[in-house]
Amino acid sequence: MSFARRTTASTTALLALAALAACSGNPADPSQDPGEGGAAGNELTVVTHDSFALPDELKAQFEETTGYDVTYVAPGDGGALVNQLILTKDSPLGDVVFGVDNTFAGRAVEEGVFAPYESPALPESAAQYAIESLTPVDMGDVCINADTQWFEEAGIEVPATLDDLTDPAHKDLLVVSHPASSSPGLAFLAATVGAEGDAWPEYWDALVANGVKVVSGWSDAYYTEFSGADGEGPYPLVLSYATSPAFTLTEDGSASTTEALLETCFRQVEYAGVIEGAENEPGAREFIDFLLSPEVQASIPENMYMYPVDDEVELPADWASFAPLSSDPIDVPADEIAANRDQWIADWTARVIG
Amino acid sequence: MVAGVIPAAFLAVFFFWPAGALVLKGFVVDGVPTLEGFQRVFSAPRTWRILGFTLGMAGLATVVCVLLGIPGAHLLYRRRFPGRAVVRALVVVPFVLPTVVVGVAFGSLFDTGGPFGPLGLDDHWIAILLAMVFFNYSVIVRTVGTMWRRLDPRLAEAAHTLGASPLRGFLTVVLPALGPAIAAGASLTFLFCASSFGIVMVLGGVRYSTIETEIWFQTTQLLDLPAAAALSITQLLVVTLLLVATNALQRRTTHARRLHTDDTGVSAATWRRDWATVVVTATVVLVLLLTPLVNLAVRSLRRDGGWSLHNYAALLTAENPALSVPVSRAVWNSLWIALVAATVALALGVLVSLVASRRPASQRGRRALWAVEGLFLLPLGVSAVTVGFGYLITLNRPPLDLRSSLALIPIAQALVALPLVVRSLLPSLHAIDSRQLEAARTLGANHWRVLATIELPQLAKGLGLAAGFAFATSLGEFGATSFLSRPDDPTLPVVIFRLFGRPGADNYGMALAAATLLAVLTAVVMAAAEGRRPKGVATW
Repeated sequence: MSFARRTTASTTALLALAALAACSGNPADPSQDPGEGGAAGNELTVVTHDSFALPDELKAQFEETTGYDVTYVAPGDGGALVNQLILTKDSPLGDVVFGVDNTFAGRAVEEGVFAPYESPALPESAAQYAIESLTPVDMGDVCINADTQWFEEAGIEVPATLDDLTDPAHKDLLVVSHPASSSPGLAFLAATVGAEGDAWPEYWDALVANGVKVVSGWSDAYYTEFSGADGEGPYPLVLSYATSPAFTLTEDGSASTTEALLETCFRQVEYAGVIEGAENEPGAREFIDFLLSPEVQASIPENMYMYPVDDEVELPADWASFAPLSSDPIDVPADEIAANRDQWIADWTARVIG
Repeated sequence: MVAGVIPAAFLAVFFFWPAGALVLKGFVVDGVPTLEGFQRVFSAPRTWRILGFTLGMAGLATVVCVLLGIPGAHLLYRRRFPGRAVVRALVVVPFVLPTVVVGVAFGSLFDTGGPFGPLGLDDHWIAILLAMVFFNYSVIVRTVGTMWRRLDPRLAEAAHTLGASPLRGFLTVVLPALGPAIAAGASLTFLFCASSFGIVMVLGGVRYSTIETEIWFQTTQLLDLPAAAALSITQLLVVTLLLVATNALQRRTTHARRLHTDDTGVSAATWRRDWATVVVTATVVLVLLLTPLVNLAVRSLRRDGGWSLHNYAALLTAENPALSVPVSRAVWNSLWIALVAATVALALGVLVSLVASRRPASQRGRRALWAVEGLFLLPLGVSAVTVGFGYLITLNRPPLDLRSSLALIPIAQALVALPLVVRSLLPSLHAIDSRQLEAARTLGANHWRVLATIELPQLAKGLGLAAGFAFATSLGEFGATSFLSRPDDPTLPVVIFRLFGRPGADNYGMALAAATLLAVLTAVVMAAAEGRRPKGVATW
């Protein structure tokens, strides 16, 4: 490159290097720096999804009692999280993961992402949810929610079952989210597969004929389209969670303006696991035990809007009254979901979206 | 030459290597090289539909932007009227707004109950088209306007004297002169529209996919790397072709500018003469640009059916358990990250611009420079997902084990901002008359002195605008940041996204308030930068 004027250029380069050094020297808020001279054995990296939240006191308490410097990373939503774990098997993202749900767990287990660990802290009530190498931490039901008031005013009976949703009396009332881009959407697809078996494609044909609206994510469905939430959209039936009615209470808090249809629910369970190849495997195990401690379990409803797996933990009062879990959720085993998930989504997309 | 090495190394390490590594993974399945992804992707009719939709929408949006943008450019850059500076700044705001905010702002407009509900555009491709125009209108207005302002009015006057009607004068004299600017702006608009992700995700409902959303889906949800790789290569090809075209056209704009006089073509606006452009531009600004923003602000001020500042108060004070950090912390994070990102982008942008503004005598040298400039625009056309996932498999070993480091956020944002910085700075350098440089050298000035007395002062003129763009882009960046941010240290767009993911009036209200806050923050930054735009230099 004969046209480059060397002297000028190299000075500029030096100046820029200095500038770069100046800014890259201080990339992080000092308070974020892991403790000084933290040896590798003292550090713990927790990988979670982007909805992870725990009170600061509990996090600090864990660091104090164990002596670890904990870094939390959240590289995306639940699906992205699992696929990133699979992608980085050779050089793990961290030591322990929290937030793999039962619609994605099967695939990650098959790929050998997790090191086996059975936590002694696992409460008895949670044993039914345990799957190979993974420890259940919290759960929630994905159910159709109804705007009770809307139905009262319209003089239409609130639907109860999945089959009611295809009833012409409920035409153009339901909005759901896309199974490819939203985890409740995938849960609902799994629910229809679990309930209708091989006839699920025909069920969806009927839903489409009955005017179901599909949007890309939970927020669009709940806040923009649903008539019972703050966005006051046009649809009185929405795919959401069993806990959502606890957040739509009347002013005096005596009743909820929405309800969950408990016969339409799919149970999502969120797991924690030790990542295979973890640098700090003991720390990873301690963290999983920590997640199952009564304090953390009790903080889960307020912070992550999920039910604790430990049924002995006291729930917030509103939850107990207005957000019960389904007594009989529609069940689809994790390995069946793992084996068919991509095919279901592809078939669903071809059928419903076209 | 060295000036080019640092930015090139930066780009290589933080862009080409990660993105390349991930794409490469798609061509090797179980250790065997394969083109299976290509065969599978291109034998599916869906792919062709997506490709068609992507290019068709981008093309249509570009045409609409050009048709609406030309009158806007005339009014905002060729006429004077009170409040013009405000309108100019306002027009740019959408361009740097984060898609999370725009999605909300637009989202409810087209609903059955919303203000535009009766139009029946809910989930319609026209809603996506409008959002694309919302984002990119300013690109045409700026590119065309800054050139038009300096267009010699005598040309049109001469045509008029010779008996041409105003329309004919415009079509035969003005339009050809503006041609390069229009074409350059149009290709940029096309590039932005063709790679838009958030708008399509939020407004497209589920019926519509673009290459970008499909890459996201194949990568994050299915981990089908061969398919994602095939799509990425296709996208890269389209983008490269476009950049070649853009660059060539930008050159022509620059050469043409030498003919122009100074601001003599700018005169006061009068209703009798300018009513047509006033009507068109006012409609665009009020209906298309302002309505969504006002809709957002109004909704942030509503609570329980009445007006209230409750949402803002909650944002400032409440310890929201769903966030695990106070929002003020997120604002602080956004600000310092934006500051670092803007500094990095500016430092690199200055170097790239100095190199790219060289005027080699040989044809080959010029070609090489175009290639250099184009190379730094490429990040605009590559999916954030590809880069984000690429980071995971490349920057994973010492000395570059940055995956869990916060430093990656400003670095990724700087990559996104760099093309805009270069675009803002280069025209200042191109505007230096080559005779001035030659004269300086003839008079004995060495390279240092030329740099210190001519080039750097000229560059400084564009620095304010470039800094504004870099800062605002970084403030609103969500795509790459969402893969890199920490749950206990999020940026403002990440917080907004998270709040929208939670039930409850408080979370929803706070999300609206935070989105409004971000829009205002961005607007202030852009207005300040706009005030420092270089006089007499056309930027894109």
